[in-house]
Amino acid sequence: MSVLEIVLRSVAVLVCFMVLPLVLGQAEHKVMAHMQGRLGPMKAGGFHGWAQLIADGVKFAQKEDIVPRAADKPVFRLAPAVSMFSYLLALVAIPFTPSTVAGDLPASLVYVLAVSGIATVATLMAGFGSGNKYAMLGAFRSAAQLVSYEVPLILACASFAMAAGSLSIGGIVHAWHPIWLLWQLPGAIVLLIAATAELQRPPFDMPVADSEVVMGAMTEYTGLRFALFLLSEYAGIVVMSALFAALYLGGWNGPFDGALGFVWMLLKTAAVAFVVLWVRMSWPRLREDQLQRFAWFFLVPLALFQLALTAAGVIYTA
Amino acid sequence: MSTSARELTVGMGAGGLATSDMVLNIGPQHPATHGVLRLRITLDGERITKCEPIVGYMHRGAEKLFEVRDYRQILVLANRHDWLSAFSSEIGVCLAVERALGMEVPERATWTRTLLSELNRVLNHLMFLGSYPLELGAITPMFYVFREREELQAVMEEIAGGRLHYMFNRIGGLRDDIPAGWLDRAAEAVATVRRRMPEIESFIVGNPILNARTKGVGVITPAMVEQYGISGPIARAAGVDVDLRRDDPYLAYGELFSPGGPGRVITRPEGDSLARLEVLLDQTHVSLDLADACIEKLRSLPQGPVNVKLPKVLKVPEGSGYAATENPLGFNGYYLVSRGEKTPWRLKLRSASFNNMSCLGEVMEGELLADMVAILGSMFFVVGDIDK
Repeated sequence: MSVLEIVLRSVAVLVCFMVLPLVLGQAEHKVMAHMQGRLGPMKAGGFHGWAQLIADGVKFAQKEDIVPRAADKPVFRLAPAVSMFSYLLALVAIPFTPSTVAGDLPASLVYVLAVSGIATVATLMAGFGSGNKYAMLGAFRSAAQLVSYEVPLILACASFAMAAGSLSIGGIVHAWHPIWLLWQLPGAIVLLIAATAELQRPPFDMPVADSEVVMGAMTEYTGLRFALFLLSEYAGIVVMSALFAALYLGGWNGPFDGALGFVWMLLKTAAVAFVVLWVRMSWPRLREDQLQRFAWFFLVPLALFQLALTAAGVIYTA
Repeated sequence: MSTSARELTVGMGAGGLATSDMVLNIGPQHPATHGVLRLRITLDGERITKCEPIVGYMHRGAEKLFEVRDYRQILVLANRHDWLSAFSSEIGVCLAVERALGMEVPERATWTRTLLSELNRVLNHLMFLGSYPLELGAITPMFYVFREREELQAVMEEIAGGRLHYMFNRIGGLRDDIPAGWLDRAAEAVATVRRRMPEIESFIVGNPILNARTKGVGVITPAMVEQYGISGPIARAAGVDVDLRRDDPYLAYGELFSPGGPGRVITRPEGDSLARLEVLLDQTHVSLDLADACIEKLRSLPQGPVNVKLPKVLKVPEGSGYAATENPLGFNGYYLVSRGEKTPWRLKLRSASFNNMSCLGEVMEGELLADMVAILGSMFFVVGDIDK
């Protein structure tokens, strides 16, 4: 791989990272508005307010950058960057077609799970570095959430890896068969729920709960740093939806997938992301202890059951 | 209040972890307090060990201002302390003054007042039915209730000109008669809201997460209701069967709450947040029924005056009297002491939210911080009504 190619691939990932979350954010604005009998943004950019998030970005960039006196300044400043880099790195290994992947790693599934976990570290850095009680409570909650949700998330992913006999996301998509939609259904449920919790999206958003701990770890952030947190949240939804689409929905598989593979992948990702947005409109948030109970008494047993089911299936067909 | 450090020993060899309490100020600026209420909470982890409501950030001196306004002007102030029950509060002042004057209010005005206070109650309850899920993280019900509120706001605006502070009451009756065709439009609005109520209900009480968040949370006992003087939907959700509309009838409620009438008093035995929410929902239905009954009655009433001609200078004879109304949030009372002047010598305001909130310290103790909003939201308060 030449230096030029590396630069080109990096730029491509960066462009995806800047564009996809914005598209998703705009979609959330519009989907939410229409579900609530509103229109949503209609002015910015002219056509149905398509440029609303760009306008928001400009607004954020103009805001004063405040670092509280009580904050642990380097940690406080670094946290949004860490959060962003986590999903930026994860996006590198997401394949859109067999050949369209920025970095084709042999164990890309493990890699994606590992680097997306870094985002939680950023939340902890922000929460403990802010010198604010609300932020600290938010950080406590996200730490507790991380511990209980990484387990079912990884167990569910392990099931897909076992079924495909590969730790590479591309390999898993290659091995995918429509029967997986049934066979891997319990694992898929666990994966979707755990990914939502990992992203701290409703109904698992108590670490940021705006009516209780006032955005939790993000309480003290302003301007561009706050915008970076938001950007990484939506990038996280993109990464997790793409992961779900690749593992369970067969990624680029579909009619004419030779030419239209990336379209299928994007459509499936969008469908999963839509579900993640939809849940936010319709459900209130759980309490932290209810979430833990849900994770350990429902998700983990279900994921273990899926593992056993997958193992039986693999042995039977071998 | 001291923040004494406490030792909590966990199984860690010889040492043990020393933990200290954290004092967390919720408010005066906080999204859950809907204004400027302040709760000083002592936390042990996420558990609340002490909660102290601190009020007064929005004190506007309503009672003192009453003393330098004549009785017609007082109405403007009276509908402002609880901005979600403006019409009902106007009624309270009018009743106090009319009783002191021994004034007969025309029947037509009485029924119209009853109708409008029930519509005001529905508006108030819908507001809380939308804002409560919002505190628990459900963002959509708010927009649904505002759609319903808009139906009713339209008819209220048509008759009174105002959307929040109606100023439609006058001492001795109402400002104007009902506009032509208004009763039909009001009946239509009531029917529309009733038809769409199931949509809101399925969002709220039909949701498993909302049930899990509110069931058994923030239990208020009948004993607490008596000790703190809690009233309204919160008292009824604790199983205390009290409602001034039935127990001390004013306006036309005596007829509406008579046996066979549409009036019902909703109670729940549980006393938790869910029960309070359910009481609010059921009361909305009852109020819609009452509004319908008032509309029917008004159709059958002959045309006639809706107010009494007042003297240029209105003076209330020396004496005192108390008029209490069942406002949407609870008892709202005005104790009027007059020395024969054109202004009251003293007009004491007993507001519902102040008493209802006073039990917070006891209810919050031992609950989780996450439940704090679930409880606070279910106490259905208006900060202006607490601080007056």
